[in-house]
Parts: sequence; C-alpha cells; structure tokens
Amino acid sequence: MYNCSDLKKGLKLMVDGEPHVIVAFDFTKPGKGQALYKCKLRNMITGSLFDRTYRSGESFEPASLEDRDMQYLYQDESGYVFMDQKSFDQVHLSEETLGDDKYFLIDNMNVNVLMFGERAIGITLPNFVNLKVTHTDPWVKGDTAAGNNKPATVETGYTLQVPSFVEEGDLIQIDTRTGAYNTRVKE
Amino acid sequence: MAEPNWRLAGKRDRLMERARILRGIRAFFMDRDFLEVETPHRVPGNAPEAYIAPVPSGDWFLHSSPELPMKRLLAAGYPRLFQICRCWRAAERGSRHLPEFTMLEWYRAQADYHALMDDCEALFHALAPSGHLTWQGRAIDLGPPWERLSVAEAFARYTDTTAHQALAEDRFDELIACAIEPRLGWDKPCFLTDYPAELAALARKKPGNPEVAERFELYIAGLELANAFSELTDPEEQRARFAREEAQRLQAGQPPYPVPDRFLAELAHMPPAAGIALGVDRLVMLLTDAATIDEVVTFTPEEL
Repeated sequence: MYNCSDLKKGLKLMVDGEPHVIVAFDFTKPGKGQALYKCKLRNMITGSLFDRTYRSGESFEPASLEDRDMQYLYQDESGYVFMDQKSFDQVHLSEETLGDDKYFLIDNMNVNVLMFGERAIGITLPNFVNLKVTHTDPWVKGDTAAGNNKPATVETGYTLQVPSFVEEGDLIQIDTRTGAYNTRVKE
Repeated sequence: MAEPNWRLAGKRDRLMERARILRGIRAFFMDRDFLEVETPHRVPGNAPEAYIAPVPSGDWFLHSSPELPMKRLLAAGYPRLFQICRCWRAAERGSRHLPEFTMLEWYRAQADYHALMDDCEALFHALAPSGHLTWQGRAIDLGPPWERLSVAEAFARYTDTTAHQALAEDRFDELIACAIEPRLGWDKPCFLTDYPAELAALARKKPGNPEVAERFELYIAGLELANAFSELTDPEEQRARFAREEAQRLQAGQPPYPVPDRFLAELAHMPPAAGIALGVDRLVMLLTDAATIDEVVTFTPEEL
C-alpha cells in the first residue's frame, strides 16, 4: 500500500478499481490547516483526466500492472508498435496513451510495456535516454555565463531548455521522468 | 559528468534579486524603528498546533516559527521587533513548500491586525516601487488599499456552503485550498480576514463577535504569503487552547511538547499586540516571477 508521502508524478495506483497514473502532483497546506495532496490523475484505461485531493492518513493500492519487456519497433498510422522478444507478440499504443513518453522513444529501444490483463496501457521508459540535438541557436562566443540557457529541439521533436554551450549535432542525456536536460554525452 | 552545475548557475539572477529583497526588508523595518532580533533555532518545544509537525534535533526540536520567543520579548517591553530566520516543518514539500524555509516575522505592541495590513501594503511599496508586479503572465496592482475579504464572504462568493458548515463537515481546509485560495489576489493583493475562532490558537477573538478571531492571511496571485493575528494576551485562555492543540497533536502521533510555562507566565505582561509571519521564499517568487519555490533557493533538499 502507498500512503500520501508516496504520491508523486508518475506513480500508478488503483482508484475506484481501475489503474490510474498521477500526471501532476502538488503538496499544499492552507493557512494553519491540514496537509493536502493535490493530484491530477489519468485513468490508464479510458484516458480520462480529473483532479482529486487527498489528505494525510489515506492509503492507496498500487496499480496491479504486469511489466513486459518489449522492444520499440516503429510508428505507423495505427500508433506505436512494440514487440515481446520472447513470444514475438506485438502490441500497439496510441499517441494519446503515450503522452510525452513518445518523445523519448528510439527505434529498437527496450522498454517495459505495462499490461492490465491482456491490454497494453502504457510504458515505463529507462530513466535516461540520449537524443541528438537537431536544432538550437549557435553558441555566441564570449557568452561565458554558465547559467545562460536556450531552447533546443532533439531528433524526436521534443523541445527543452539546455545550457548555452550545447550545439546542433550534440548528443544529450535527458531525464525521462522530468523531461529535463541532464548532461552532454560524448559519442 | 564534468559539466558545471548549470541549473545552479542559472539561478544567479534570482539569487541576486533575493539578496536585494532581504536588504530591502531590513531597511524597511529599521527605518520604522523595529529592532532586528535572533532567537534560538533549537527549542524544547514549539507553540502546539495540530497540523504543524516539528523536525527533532536531539532531545529538542528545530523551531517551526520564532513566535513564542518573539512574544516573550514583547512582554519584556520591546515594542517593535522583527526577525528573518530559517524555520523547519517536517514533510512539507510542494511547489510552494520546503521543509526548511525562510520566515519574516514582525510584531507591534499597542496595535491590532489592521496595523499589520498597513505594514504589508507599505512593505510592498518599498520592495516594488513601480506599484505593480507581473507573475506568470498576470499583472497585479499593488496600490493601496488592498482587498479585505472576510472568510464568511469568501465562502459565500466561491463555495456553495458556509465556513461554519464546512468546519462541521471537515471540509474547511479543502475548500480554502481548492475553491478559494486559487482565486484570491489576482487583481490586487487580498487580505482574507476573520477566521472561525477555533482556527486561530493564538489570536484574539473579535470584540463583539466571539465566533471569529482577528486573524488574516495575505494572498497575492493565489499564493498564501502571510498569516497574522491580533495576539491573544490572556494566559488562562492561551493555556486552555494550547492544551486542546497539544491533545490533537498527541492523538495524531506527534512527539509531546513541554508546556511553555515561561511563555504563559510572561504573557500576562504582554501589551495588546499584533504579529505576522511572512514566507520570504514566496515573496521572492512573486517579485522575481518564479513559478516554484525551487527556483528562488540555492539548494532544495533533493539537490543536496
């Protein structure tokens, strides 16, 4: 069982008998009042989004999902296609179901596909992925302030803030849990 | 991984602004003849409050607020006091909460909470002389007078129940947090005033209306910035309220506090007074247009 201090973005739990994922989370405490845990939840089966506020003392059942090792194959009009490398079963996940996870998929990448019964309802990515920068403004010589940042777009179309020294063609490591730049990677 | 800490380096502008704001706060209070004091961070107990959990430090605790020592100073005859200090509250972490944060408290003898509202307006005028601020794309007019909205009026305006009913159903905090707070202080800052008496353990009841206490919270752009009271000066009443709060704490499994006997004894000498606690990190968030508290501190606990 989870309690309120376990709640965070990405946690998967059962709500009203169905698996849900927390897509946004915040702790708040009005005035001198009780601690409140504000969650935006996505029903992993229907995709519906809603807000729910919990308070200290509540407990939660982890979502009963089976993780299956699969390889990401390709994207086509039916969605994103993954294959179980033992059984060679293929599953399809829609762009909508994947959400921002779609930006961190690389051909032939191994991921965990989350199964609710026989149904694929999401994936768990590795914590870090390396992606190539396809567009960013050039580094202005003399701009040595280490704190300056700028937007960059990577090969999957995802845009994020990076330090000013990152250049087009660089390979960068991104934390898939936060979507943030982590470091440059030497090829 | 030999890259410099780019995210930390990127905080430079806000950290510089934070330092400027701290200087501005000190100048503001010194100009008005307030004495800056420091009281111990490590204490045998805090003022017991049902929902504030302490961080233990040996056999004692890190203070969750300097409130009791500040009032002992008031009782000893210091009429205008302020303190800027770190405070600790266990397990409080969110986009607007850190378990270790910076508090500004100030106290005025011979004053009630109205004087503190005036102080808030003047403090912002000193810190943001342009008379407005822009936070997350919204412009907020800081020109006085700011809105004064009672808790009763806020429930009538933003909910389908009353404060009294919400308390009875244990929905008060949730309605404040989800239905009321997010709507306050977007055109001008808003003082949410006159809380139900049971929600103000250290506040004076409103003369002529014992149902409510002279307590306000200041909201700007939906952000809760400060909590203030006309102080309770009756030691017997205070002792009884502490006992109620302490019982609630113990029931929730929190470590016991010793009864603050010295404070209670000296409270008999405290003049009529008003005091306020303001979250400095949130103040910096507003004045530097930062969406989260993480952006205005050098390190969050997760970065240590």
